[in-house]
Amino acid sequence: MSAELFFQYLVAGVTYGIIYSIVAIGFNIIYNTTGIINFAQGEFVMLGGMTAVTLNGFMPLPAAIVVAVLVTMAIGALVEIVFIRWLVNPSVLRMIIITIGLSILIREIALHVWDEKVRALPYFTGTSVSSIEVGGVHISPQVLWVIGVCTVIVIILNFFFSCTSMGRQMRACSDNRNAARLCGISARNMVTLSFVLSAGIGALAGCVVSPITYVQYDSGTGLAIKGFTVAILGGLGNSMAAVAAGILLGVLESFSIWVMPTAFKDALSISILLIILFARPSGLFGSREVFSMKEF
Amino acid sequence: MKFAKVFAAVLLLLFAVTLTPSAAEDTIKFGAILSVTGPASFLGAPESKTLEMLAEEINAKGGIKGKKVELIIKDSMGKPENAVSFAKQLIEEDKVLAIIGPSTSGETMAIKNLLEEAKTILLSCAAAEVIVDPVAKYVFKTPQKDSFAVRKIYMEMKKMGISKIGVAAGNTGFGKAGKEQLEKIAPEFGIDILISEVYDKSATDLTAVVTKLKAADVQAVVNWSIVPAQSIIAKNMRQIGMTVPLFQSHGFGNIKYVEAAGPAAEGIIFPAGRLLVVNVLPEENSQKPVLAKYKSDYESKFQEDASTFGGHAYDAFMILAKAVETAGTDTEKVRDAIESTKGFVGTGGVFNFSAEDHNGLDINAFDMLTVKDGKFTLLTN
Repeated sequence: MSAELFFQYLVAGVTYGIIYSIVAIGFNIIYNTTGIINFAQGEFVMLGGMTAVTLNGFMPLPAAIVVAVLVTMAIGALVEIVFIRWLVNPSVLRMIIITIGLSILIREIALHVWDEKVRALPYFTGTSVSSIEVGGVHISPQVLWVIGVCTVIVIILNFFFSCTSMGRQMRACSDNRNAARLCGISARNMVTLSFVLSAGIGALAGCVVSPITYVQYDSGTGLAIKGFTVAILGGLGNSMAAVAAGILLGVLESFSIWVMPTAFKDALSISILLIILFARPSGLFGSREVFSMKEF
Repeated sequence: MKFAKVFAAVLLLLFAVTLTPSAAEDTIKFGAILSVTGPASFLGAPESKTLEMLAEEINAKGGIKGKKVELIIKDSMGKPENAVSFAKQLIEEDKVLAIIGPSTSGETMAIKNLLEEAKTILLSCAAAEVIVDPVAKYVFKTPQKDSFAVRKIYMEMKKMGISKIGVAAGNTGFGKAGKEQLEKIAPEFGIDILISEVYDKSATDLTAVVTKLKAADVQAVVNWSIVPAQSIIAKNMRQIGMTVPLFQSHGFGNIKYVEAAGPAAEGIIFPAGRLLVVNVLPEENSQKPVLAKYKSDYESKFQEDASTFGGHAYDAFMILAKAVETAGTDTEKVRDAIESTKGFVGTGGVFNFSAEDHNGLDINAFDMLTVKDGKFTLLTN
């Protein structure tokens, strides 16, 4: 294989990987505060994309994206307040089942609000055919947007969780909810906040990737599965690890196409998920000791 | 005791459903199994709208021979297992005269034998050749055959001097059947398929696949799939700087995909029925009045562009309605009437059914179209 081709596969892989990892980051935020996996995360991505496409009919693109993210954040808050907040000491399993139900509910509502058609935002820069050529490798400008947005999200999140009081409060709730409450932290508010945050990030991801992947009422499910795989692969709760794992999986998938028929691409990623769950459930970058102390 | 109560309630519910009084005797029941939602909704949604429109129209005129048409549409969501259970329900509970649909080839094949055993007429809106080859007594289909689409594409390639091609196909019944036809017919036209790739129908980015095609140094790419992959492959090819012609299947016939692909759609070549280019058809074309009427009726009623897929449902409904009008409501007689339909001008072409041909269309049902300035137009050399 020529070097040019090698890098073209690599770029394709990094693109897949970054898309997966933005979704995985959403999983991680809610996991960090509640210890649960929010299976409706993919639906937040879908909602962000769909809302932005609709709003883009009335307002310029940047405004449409901002409003779409805010709307989805509000929906995230609403979902938490209506379905999760009032539960008295819910078990992890119960909360997970609730989120699965929610994902189906949101999908069906989206089908009725919009319709079954495929939509997409316009390319942020250039058009669907424009590409930047670097030494024979072609990169769509939208890919650079996706990479840029993902980088910014990771930096801000790391800062938020390690340097702000609210971020530390959220982490405290995850480590030990009762101890956090004894310190005067409102665990319930922190959970709501985590839903708002991950809904916002999901929605932003939905907007940025929609020119590449398109968005449809049921496109959240596929993204959620890949995002979940990446979150597990990296080690639940760690956003940096999610990005590394995402890129790793994306690149593996992309190169798998070079040697195998394309149809096996998804089989590969699911096999990796299974192997990780059996062999190293704490993820590639997670610590085994910390993992053994978690509920789930 | 609680369990017993719940059990009793469930039983009651079940009875309530089965005992619902059936509609008045003076109706003719047409069933339809369509992928109104789900991945193949771009087929099923316009099909179901078309059927509703036609049933309304025909009932407003007093129905067929004084009997109103009762349309029962089931949404299979593109899943063969749903199609199977709905087919059973329509046959056994609703006792329909005929079923229109399903929208996809995979679903149609899943119920083909079921309909044959139950001796119920099926008018499929799906493309794959295998639906009518081998011929099943009660199974018909209205979309043009895959093999004609393939031949039409290869004929065009010969003209353009292309002999080395790459094939990409989605992992659906439609993609699989198309790929088989492409591979089977290629030697007849002296065309070499250098590389052939199957991708997941819900793939969101095909850059790696097109990179592989590019590496094989092909002179043209044929893609056989349903959306959104059709638009994605066009985009990805142009993004990585591939300039060879892209041929698509007749599944590309919806302007929405052109919009989705944007400038990347320019120059895509595909075979299709004439609905998409009705405005530029010569006046003497026999299909023109039918196409123009369907297009304007559909577009004024639903405020969206008509697609060839809705046209397949139009053809199925009209062929069935015509057969009922001549033969009454006896299944056997209606079946014979459909089989002896000749010269029926529909949206897909001119139908001439026979005992050997349950599709009734020939290769002339297709024209080669291309995309120019974001619109479909006839390909002229």
